Amino acid sequence: MTAGVAPTAVSIAAEVRGGTRSARSVVEEHLARIAEREPAIHAFNLVLRDEALAAADAVDAAVAAGDDPGPLAGVPVALKDNLCTRGIPTTCSSRILEGWRPPYDATVVERLRRSGAITIGKTNLDEFAMGSSTENSAFGPTRNPHDLTKVPGGSSGGSAAAVAANFAPLALGSDTGGSIRQPASLCGVVGVKPTYGVVSRYGLVAFASSLDQIGPFATTVHDAALLLEIIGGHDPLDSTSIPSPAPSLVDVLDRGVDGLRIGIIGELAGEGIAPDVLARLHEAANVLEKAGAIIDTATIPAAMYGLSAYYLIAPAEASSNLARYDGVRYGLRVDAPTTAEMNELSRTAGFGAEVKRRIMLGTYALSAGYYDSYYGKAQKVRTLIINDFAKAYEQFDLLLSPTSPTTAFALGAKTSDPLTMYLNDICTIPSNLAGQPAMSVPFGVGDDGMPVGVQLLAPLQGEPTMFRAAAVLEAAMKETSR
Amino acid sequence: MTEVIEFQPGWELIVGLEVHCELATKTKMFCGCRNEFGHEPNTNVCPTCLGLPGSLPVVNGSAVEYAMRLGRALQCTVSPSVFARKNYFYPDMPKDYQVTQYDKPTNTAGKLELPDGSFVGITRAHLEEDTGKTSHQGGDGRIHGAESSLVDYNRAGVPLVEIVSEPDIRTADQAKAYVDELRKIVLALGVSDAKMEEGSMRVDANVSVRPVGEPEFRTRCEIKNINSIRSVGRAIEYEAKRHIALYDVGEKPTQETRHWDEEHGRTRAGRSKENSDDYRYFDEPDLVPLVPTADDIARIDAALPMLPASRRRRLAEITGAAAADVTLVVDRGHDDFVVSVVGVGADAKKTLTRVENDLPPDQPITLAPQSFAQLVIMETAGELTATQAKQVLAEMLENGGDPKAIAAAKGFEAMASGALEAVVDGIIAANPADWAEFVVADDKARKKLSGFFTGQVMKATQGQADGRAVAEVLARRAAR
Ligand SMILES: [Zn+2]
Repeated sequence: MTAGVAPTAVSIAAEVRGGTRSARSVVEEHLARIAEREPAIHAFNLVLRDEALAAADAVDAAVAAGDDPGPLAGVPVALKDNLCTRGIPTTCSSRILEGWRPPYDATVVERLRRSGAITIGKTNLDEFAMGSSTENSAFGPTRNPHDLTKVPGGSSGGSAAAVAANFAPLALGSDTGGSIRQPASLCGVVGVKPTYGVVSRYGLVAFASSLDQIGPFATTVHDAALLLEIIGGHDPLDSTSIPSPAPSLVDVLDRGVDGLRIGIIGELAGEGIAPDVLARLHEAANVLEKAGAIIDTATIPAAMYGLSAYYLIAPAEASSNLARYDGVRYGLRVDAPTTAEMNELSRTAGFGAEVKRRIMLGTYALSAGYYDSYYGKAQKVRTLIINDFAKAYEQFDLLLSPTSPTTAFALGAKTSDPLTMYLNDICTIPSNLAGQPAMSVPFGVGDDGMPVGVQLLAPLQGEPTMFRAAAVLEAAMKETSR
Repeated sequence: MTEVIEFQPGWELIVGLEVHCELATKTKMFCGCRNEFGHEPNTNVCPTCLGLPGSLPVVNGSAVEYAMRLGRALQCTVSPSVFARKNYFYPDMPKDYQVTQYDKPTNTAGKLELPDGSFVGITRAHLEEDTGKTSHQGGDGRIHGAESSLVDYNRAGVPLVEIVSEPDIRTADQAKAYVDELRKIVLALGVSDAKMEEGSMRVDANVSVRPVGEPEFRTRCEIKNINSIRSVGRAIEYEAKRHIALYDVGEKPTQETRHWDEEHGRTRAGRSKENSDDYRYFDEPDLVPLVPTADDIARIDAALPMLPASRRRRLAEITGAAAADVTLVVDRGHDDFVVSVVGVGADAKKTLTRVENDLPPDQPITLAPQSFAQLVIMETAGELTATQAKQVLAEMLENGGDPKAIAAAKGFEAMASGALEAVVDGIIAANPADWAEFVVADDKARKKLSGFFTGQVMKATQGQADGRAVAEVLARRAAR
């Protein structure tokens, strides 16, 4: 059940490329695990059994012909169901996209295919990525593979659970306010939110465009590094894509942290964070210190306002991004005598409660007369956070914090109180507002035996340094579990 | 504008215009789809211009270039600009928001010079994307009451520049002249085909009136759906009269969007929703700011063609005519030719007249300026009469060739020199009594008799003689 039992992406690809193992057997093995545990976990909205087997056969044929199918040859990958896949339903776990099949692949999907990876299914999420528990899915919640009574986190809960349950060694999620890192933490896997613009958003169904970023889930830091190298790099189809190649990560993993200055974010290491999570955080700091890093306390004063700013900016952008689901061109349509009524009835029937709540929040925040005091002010807070990070990074190479304030909570525990649910993202949101990279690395378990993750944060395009520290933490964990 | 022009006694008309021009780029504003008019519905579409989930816009560099070109032609300041989303629900808008520029447009603070030499201020000229086209089936053809609607997204995402004028316009004729001049500028720049009937140029008019002497503006109405330059004038006049009529009975117009009804020659109130929209503008997060460098702007300036106002000024200077009187030749694109012809020594006024009156107005000129200059010089020197010059020109237009050779072939040259005097002497000899009378007559009587002699000469020469030259010979003979 625990991650690490099944082979990693790196080892699978090596075997398949070397001809010592067939891609078909890899896919069959993962499909078998899915058949066994998926009914209880519900990580997927759609398992692409036949497509995956066909793709595996194509990989095997290529190997047999002496061709190299690529660095992820035969590796199953689970895709969050807000990534467009040509001809394959892409639902965002919403009724409103009922029946829609994108006529195109997201850039990341295209890059995965070119690397020999095999899409094994589309994973569940909080509707349109709005949520922190994957309970806001129109198709029912996903459960945490470590304890089926607990949530996997969200919104990329399906992808995190799929990797934790070894349904696939790799998965892609999207992170707007913590939607990769928080479920990674709760499911005990590695989850990365890259620098904004490192991974193309083309084909990612938008939630909040200025915050959304696609990133990897994996069982190991090495696998996550490899996956990010493959999906990253400039894409002319995304105007906000950084015009440089993907960062080199795998090659720097063994460089250690000797001499690196790492700051624990004071504002995120006290009140509101569970004691067992805090304990793991300080143990992680000790590990890094022992490895030669210089540990001190950093301060990001504006981090405290991150949550409030986020819940104005993200819904504001969402209110506009989700306007297109009007029943006119695709997805759900509820017929009515007039266009306006058809729009209204379709949207009423198609969207869930949380999505409606955020559309209303965002519409209000952008309204004439309220713009300056809400959306405008939130943008100023965003600037403050960026400035605070800039100041901190004059002193530190990396920052450290918890990923999530607690370990995984029970299904239904927070569904009636949106504000408590929103607090899940308090540690992860600042990186999205600043556009900076951050990742969650599994680091032991809490008092309840559930996984705890720690978060590493880096300045813009600081992924290589961040991955070096992640590798050190991972190695220490392997030591203790041995 | 200090001088008050009264629209009706005691009332001043105030007009500002918003003109949308579709840019004639090869592809759309934010995707690679063809930007062409007249294709089968929904054939020039892709995920981006259909606003499919997950699609993203990429700015068309040519559209930005065209917009800046137009901005500089309108003497605007070109600044770093930011795209924004204008949010409202409408079925022909695929994303239910329009990507436009709001508080940071590409072009600001320019002006447009009208043919009469006056200026209209340009507030801004910004880039945006066009919407699709909806046709409503059943009902009265409008969205309300329609049984069904069809949407064609071929036009969705076509690049537009919206040019917003200051409320500087005071007459309907000025408004028409503004639209006409803007159209000519756009055509000169080659950035749009500016066809009002095809909708590639669309005009909205903001109309209000105020009592002469009142400093504040009064309530304005925005008139949409104006489909020709002529309608611009009609719609503005109708609307201004409507406002005055309301004020006259103690009422006020409401600020609203109204539609011009071409058939009935009146404006009608739009749907009430159009007047209550809160567009919730915010910066478009899928795009990055446009930041033109000083070099970009210098390059655009250097490549600007000569614009109609400069062309009129140049031609007026060369010919000594009023700017308004050279408009026709400039509009036909014949001014460069006039300049070349005058440049090789032909009389400027005569050249302007010949080009304006005797060259086909709707065709580019294929004649060599040297040949045309030769013709004008011959005419000015009296070697050809006006009638002869026209005949030579007709021959030149038809078959080409050198005017001297054509004149010689037609036998015009001989007539123009000594031959005329011989003919005149012959006529004098044949009509001694009339001639005697002519010699002693006063100016008034001479004029009358001169007509008789000239007629005789014309008859004898089959109309080839120059009337003025005949009069000169007659005067010379009488003075002896
Ligand atoms: Zn397109």
